[in-house]
Amino acid sequence: MSWTQISCQYDGTYFGFLSCVFDCYVNREEPVEFHGPEDLCCSLYPLRTVVTDEEHARRVYRSFAKFGGEGRRLAVRTFLTCLPDKELWLWRFLRLGYAQGARVGQNLTDPTVDRVRKAVWHLEHEAHMYKGFTRFSDLDGVLVGEIEPKNRVLPLLQAHFCGRYPQERFALHDRTHHEALFHQPGPNGWAILPVEDFSPGPAGAEELACRKLWRTFYNTIAIEGRYNPKCRMTNMPKRYWAMMTEFQKDWDTALPEVKPKA
Amino acid sequence: MELLDKLNILADAAKYDAACTSSGLDRSGRPGTIGSTIVAGCCHSFSADGRCVTLLKVLQTNICVYDCQYCVNRRSNDVPRAAFTPEELCELTISFYRRNYIEGLFLSSAVIQSPDYTTELMVRTLRILREKHRFGGYIHAKAIPGADPLLTRRLGLLADRMSVNIELPSSPSLALLAPDKKKEAILTPMGQIRDGISESKREIAVYRHAPRFAPAGQSTQMIVGATPETDRHILTLTQALYDRYQLKRVFYSAYMPVSSSPLLPVAEGFKPPLLREHRLYQADWLLRYYHFRAEELLDEAQPDLDPRMDPKCCWALRHLEFFPVEVNRADYEALLRVPGLGVRSARRILRARRVGPLTFEGLKRLGVVLKRAQYFLTCSGRMMEGLRVSEDGLLRRMVALEAPALAEPMPEQLSLFDSAV
Ligand code: SF4
Repeated sequence: MSWTQISCQYDGTYFGFLSCVFDCYVNREEPVEFHGPEDLCCSLYPLRTVVTDEEHARRVYRSFAKFGGEGRRLAVRTFLTCLPDKELWLWRFLRLGYAQGARVGQNLTDPTVDRVRKAVWHLEHEAHMYKGFTRFSDLDGVLVGEIEPKNRVLPLLQAHFCGRYPQERFALHDRTHHEALFHQPGPNGWAILPVEDFSPGPAGAEELACRKLWRTFYNTIAIEGRYNPKCRMTNMPKRYWAMMTEFQKDWDTALPEVKPKA
Repeated sequence: MELLDKLNILADAAKYDAACTSSGLDRSGRPGTIGSTIVAGCCHSFSADGRCVTLLKVLQTNICVYDCQYCVNRRSNDVPRAAFTPEELCELTISFYRRNYIEGLFLSSAVIQSPDYTTELMVRTLRILREKHRFGGYIHAKAIPGADPLLTRRLGLLADRMSVNIELPSSPSLALLAPDKKKEAILTPMGQIRDGISESKREIAVYRHAPRFAPAGQSTQMIVGATPETDRHILTLTQALYDRYQLKRVFYSAYMPVSSSPLLPVAEGFKPPLLREHRLYQADWLLRYYHFRAEELLDEAQPDLDPRMDPKCCWALRHLEFFPVEVNRADYEALLRVPGLGVRSARRILRARRVGPLTFEGLKRLGVVLKRAQYFLTCSGRMMEGLRVSEDGLLRRMVALEAPALAEPMPEQLSLFDSAV
């Protein structure tokens, strides 16, 4: 017997999404659209508004153990990607997972698994790039950095930067998704929080001197006889450059100015 | 002298060293310290020549008592000279590291006064960095040939990776161009580092807190195109270095005309052999990850790599009896020999075919690039639809496939993938 098709509205959080999964399974309903809290939508399908329920969400989350290591990773990470209609793809993936169990992670030729895997790969790749391309400034002893990722990479970067700077206080701001990773020394001294307005103070003399040293190093290290801008571009696409110290002229604000997007 | 000027001089003097990666070691940060390392390494930027910038690559000093002909820092060359004090260099490293500019320090040096004196300076730098600043990031240190083994050992206890540059691929070339260096002077520390590493591994197996000696292993570099050795010679040497000295990497550096010595190619109009360097890296890759041996790739009749296509393609065209390889049955080793199939594709094929037999469509979905591979594969006994080529047709197609890439400047070796395979 086929499930009733519905349109799902939820609060946009991961737990909210997991609550949708819970409710849909209980009511035997098949979501064909997902909407965030602000979408005023009219739809051909009956609208179901799902209230986030932590207990339900946790039960769904725990059930991912059935998918095996790889399947579980995809089930958790797909939600952080910028895949269009990620909720829908993730829903399809979960249904597949409940049907196939641990095999789902190996089923590389299935179109849904393929789509979800590529999106997660893109997320992980972007996170890896940001491990290197993120730049911090020292503002009165606090390290402050900003990034502009396509995917929500902060949860993937958290362990890396907290492990790298256990003694530092730092803040890493994600301009795209308006959230920031904050860290202070001590066990579990971190949090990822939504931020409305992120405007740190100006850079001091020492910070400016350090940037200059770095630019000097960066410009010196290239070998003229091997000049290869295309190769540089392939390895480090232009979109990362705006936030990187080596491509800035002397700016003395805390963080690089970024032109509003066209 | 200002720090800025020193940095300028000592980064410029270090830039020809290709062996710059931060890979091979996973170490998470601990409370009270700064820094961690990741096994795949991490590129923090790419310079205008397309090379990965991962470590602060500088010399302790470029003041040198030697006169190696191929080197910018040789005694007889008229260039500005500088030296970092250990304290300066540590401050610089830490302030770059905190801002996430770098993954660590790559410390090399010209020979100031004597190999011992130079090594002592480097040891002092690394000791301050590790002990005072409690730096846990990546450190790559160059051993100085001719230094007291005890000093080299101290260096290795502070560093994550060590290297000794072989510089030139044969002893006659070395004798001619680096009269102060002997092959033995290079191989001795290499052997010492190898033994230090394996001894330290044994000790750690028994006692977890035993001191670690160069835990990310050892590498070397040689200059290609300054002297007349063939690729076959170079690859055989490389293989011997991997076999006998358990090196993690051998780096090749296309000779840059930095010298007007009559013993070297004339600088005027000299084109650094970047394509040759690229082919050598591809062949090196085959030795390390694809279970090839140097003597399979080149022999007396064919002492140099074919510039027109990659070495695996060349091998395949000379061994058509090995093909086609059946995707659904072939073992890992056989898959690796197929042109166009990489380590990742081969592993994916092994995984995916457990779920069901693979077709060419399925291969595409796995992300396997069939451009080259299609000529050498069957899926359940069938070739790719509509594909029939003669032997020389095959050669022409392989060459044609590479042609667009050859029109471009050469890609650089990516340290990102250093250990991804
Ligand atoms: S010893 Fe090293 S720095 Fe000095 S000239 Fe020879 S290669 Fe150059």
